[in-house]
Amino acid sequence: MTTAPERDLRTDVTPLAPGAPRSGTTFLGLPTAPRGVGHLRGDQSFPEAARTALRDGQLRANLGHATSTIRRKRANVVGEVPDWEQLRQAGKAVKTATMARLDEHLVELERQVTARGGVVHWARDADEANAIVTRLVQATGADEVVKVKSMATQEIGLNEALEDAGITAHETDLAELIVQLGDDKPSHILVPAIHKNRAEIREIFLRTMQGVDPELTDEPRRLAMAARKHLRERFLRARVAISGANFAVAETGTLAVVESEGNGRMCLTLPQTLITVMGIEKLVPTWRDLEVFLQLLPRSSTGERMNPYTSMWTGVTPGDGPQEFHLVLLDNGRTAVLADEVGREALHCIRCSACLNVCPVYERTGGHAYGSVYPGPIGAVLSPQLTGVEDNASLPYASSLCGACYDACPVAIDIPSILVHLRAEHVEAQEKVTPEAAAFRVLAKAMSNPRLWHLTQRVAGLGRFLARGKPTMPAALPPPVSGWTRSRDLPAPPKQTFTQAWAREHGGRR
Amino acid sequence: MTGAREEVLGRIRTALGERRPDVAIPRDYRATDDRPAATLLDVLVDRLEDYKASVLRCGPDEVGPTVAAALDTGLGAGWEAASVVVAPGVPAGWRPDGATEDDGRPAVELAAFSATLTGIAVAIAETGTLVLDGGPLSGRRAISLLPDCLVCVVEAAQVVGGVPEALPRLDPNAPLTMVSGPSATSDIELQRVEGVHGPRTLVVVLVG
Amino acid sequence: MKVALFATCLVDTVVPQVAMATARLLERLGHEVVVPPGQACCGQMHVNTGYRREAVPIVANHVRAFAGAEAVVAPSGSCVASIHHQQAMVLRRAGEDGLAAEAESLAERTYELSQFLVDVLGVTDVGAYYPHRVTYHPTCHSLRLLRVGDRPLQLLRAVRGLTLVELPDAESCCGFGGTFAVKNADTSTAMLTDKMANVLSTHAEVCTAGDASCLMHIGGGLSRLRSGTRTVHLAEILASTEDAVTPNQTTKPAVPA
Repeated sequence: MTTAPERDLRTDVTPLAPGAPRSGTTFLGLPTAPRGVGHLRGDQSFPEAARTALRDGQLRANLGHATSTIRRKRANVVGEVPDWEQLRQAGKAVKTATMARLDEHLVELERQVTARGGVVHWARDADEANAIVTRLVQATGADEVVKVKSMATQEIGLNEALEDAGITAHETDLAELIVQLGDDKPSHILVPAIHKNRAEIREIFLRTMQGVDPELTDEPRRLAMAARKHLRERFLRARVAISGANFAVAETGTLAVVESEGNGRMCLTLPQTLITVMGIEKLVPTWRDLEVFLQLLPRSSTGERMNPYTSMWTGVTPGDGPQEFHLVLLDNGRTAVLADEVGREALHCIRCSACLNVCPVYERTGGHAYGSVYPGPIGAVLSPQLTGVEDNASLPYASSLCGACYDACPVAIDIPSILVHLRAEHVEAQEKVTPEAAAFRVLAKAMSNPRLWHLTQRVAGLGRFLARGKPTMPAALPPPVSGWTRSRDLPAPPKQTFTQAWAREHGGRR
Repeated sequence: MTGAREEVLGRIRTALGERRPDVAIPRDYRATDDRPAATLLDVLVDRLEDYKASVLRCGPDEVGPTVAAALDTGLGAGWEAASVVVAPGVPAGWRPDGATEDDGRPAVELAAFSATLTGIAVAIAETGTLVLDGGPLSGRRAISLLPDCLVCVVEAAQVVGGVPEALPRLDPNAPLTMVSGPSATSDIELQRVEGVHGPRTLVVVLVG
Repeated sequence: MKVALFATCLVDTVVPQVAMATARLLERLGHEVVVPPGQACCGQMHVNTGYRREAVPIVANHVRAFAGAEAVVAPSGSCVASIHHQQAMVLRRAGEDGLAAEAESLAERTYELSQFLVDVLGVTDVGAYYPHRVTYHPTCHSLRLLRVGDRPLQLLRAVRGLTLVELPDAESCCGFGGTFAVKNADTSTAMLTDKMANVLSTHAEVCTAGDASCLMHIGGGLSRLRSGTRTVHLAEILASTEDAVTPNQTTKPAVPA
């Protein structure tokens, strides 16, 4: 056992210069998702948005009910799989392997899709993807499209871009439909209308669905039937569909959409033209790899052994389904995430939303507080990386680091460690010394030098005089202590520290 | 377009740098299910019923009458054979007399049928999943989608234990649909409701 | 066994009785306790708030302070988890590979109190006496990073006089989260409210846990509400003995002086 060397260990750290690397070793100038398009940035910081959301009792009740239901279901179906942990580790490894050769896999995917009659497009960012899709829809002459729920198209604001071009996009997933009809925003990756209860959904349907039965009750089955009726005719007349993809298999060119309602099958089967927008990270190298993810995803997302429908298609099949297929491969900041050796694990996400459902922060604030289409723990690590951490600087702090997300993640993304990493990226990106940074530096000096530390402890101990002999400190203290004392008592510091008392007892100076 | 392609690929290469570790995939999860075939059939039935599908079991000689009984279950007695559309590869012995064979008419016209009869490619016991592969027995995708009642005939030899046993039996180039119960949604308060856009009724005839 | 006690910065400065109870308990079990005077902090708060570079000298000080210790015990799941999962990483990132290796070696010898008692010393009945109705909150880092499992419950079940009542939704975070409690004070308080509601629903006199920080949070909320229910660290309960009880003891742990 050797002792640690007595030398300077960089107590004085100067902030990085403007434009310096967002990550010390991997500055590569890779562009993040552009501003002014899409839905990755909120108008308010997380604490501000949360403050409003936390006062909404209906929201809290809806979220509490929904997340506790899904947590129970997930726990049951995960519990019955004896090799869950092995599947999880396999899933993680497949994704790590995918990222390590992402360029090669994408080129192979392109080759296979093209060979089977599909057309592959590449989009550097949201604007380019929106322009490609708009152009493709316009080329068909259609002025409306049906859409399968897709995070990627939400992310890039495709519906707004289509609307600007005079094209109406009909969301067909029930929850997306509720959000669209309610002129609302999605608040959950899997169930975008999780913040709405049955009574609110009934209200939305009654007010916005043409020809809806005025006797519509709030029974979920009746509401689902109303949606079926509303969309049926749209499916049958649709000429163009737009989807996302849950998986793409590089070696075969196969795309997969995992869903429940059959709206996905309608979109993927009936129209003449299918346009799929997919983030470049969503692929897996081999057909066999799906055996892992088709076990992990349904159990983690809806808490089912298998979701009702999974559609897989490769290019175009004569006589069956769309005869024109376009695949749009989207970067929009993903390569910037890939450049960060710690943060890139966020690209492993398969969008199951298990982390949202177990998150004690998400359960109370809901998804809108995160300001991005990607809420919850995964959103708190993904959104700031896609936009650059300074554009979503409050999100990495929107977690108590309790670790429930890591345990629930089917591909074992260490979300708490990435959160901590991004906090450091934010701190290190500051050009000026913030009061917080100054305080932490002073404290670091003290905590790395026993003599200074004991002095600091003695000064802290003087705080007990503010308590005037009471066991707790006064509630009215200046910031940042007020952040604590507004809602909790703070114990008055003791007369002597433990190490002082111990040293006295054992007859020496400490 | 080439510009974007080359730029995105270039960004990936920049992001990854030179160090590209070879990652070994640990595949120590269950590759096979060693339970006896009869047990797997029972598991399949249990899983299908759990997701509100109806299951009728029969021997190889009784498929025709059992399909008729399945249609009784799905449509109620008195259904018209002509309103049942059948995948082209379904054996004559399974079909109700007078059923309509899919003739490749425009997909949207299939919505007029009240039920569909198909076979399947593979069934997965543990998840209660039927895989349709677009071949003559399964039919094209639209026929198992638009009519409101779907009857699938599953033969015992088509049943495997888990997902890893199913994928090698499938052609990735085929249009595949994995069906696990009738269509459903959990979008309202995470409460599962069966029957949305896809067939609201799924009846499985399990042979053997 | 000679045990080096890491009091942790928070316990040492704010709730010294928790460290004293830990020392008394280990001594009662027949072990020699040393308190290395150079100790200060594990660096967790800096790392978790984004000051990983500033944490480097703090971690270095910690590694120095405990160099040569046979076993290190701390009454905090969170600090021990940081020692296990963060210290070496922070040093390695700063290019301090040699020190990182020392930190790793030290981590292998560093234990959270309940793990040390059950796994290393092999005891679950420590001879404690605490005649109160108690509920146990499994703190997040002890639960998910250290996987202490039911070790604290095994220890509590063996305490004479103690009635252990189950805490509903026990594994849900109390909302402390270090600087999260201040930076996201509203969300933190919302989480605390639910934790307190669950604690109060048990009608326990005392809520215990293995982390003084989480207990300060839960206890601070319960105190503000004048609920009467107080928080007591696991070490204090385990250190309590019948001999030390006074007539006006109430729920104050009876730790021998």
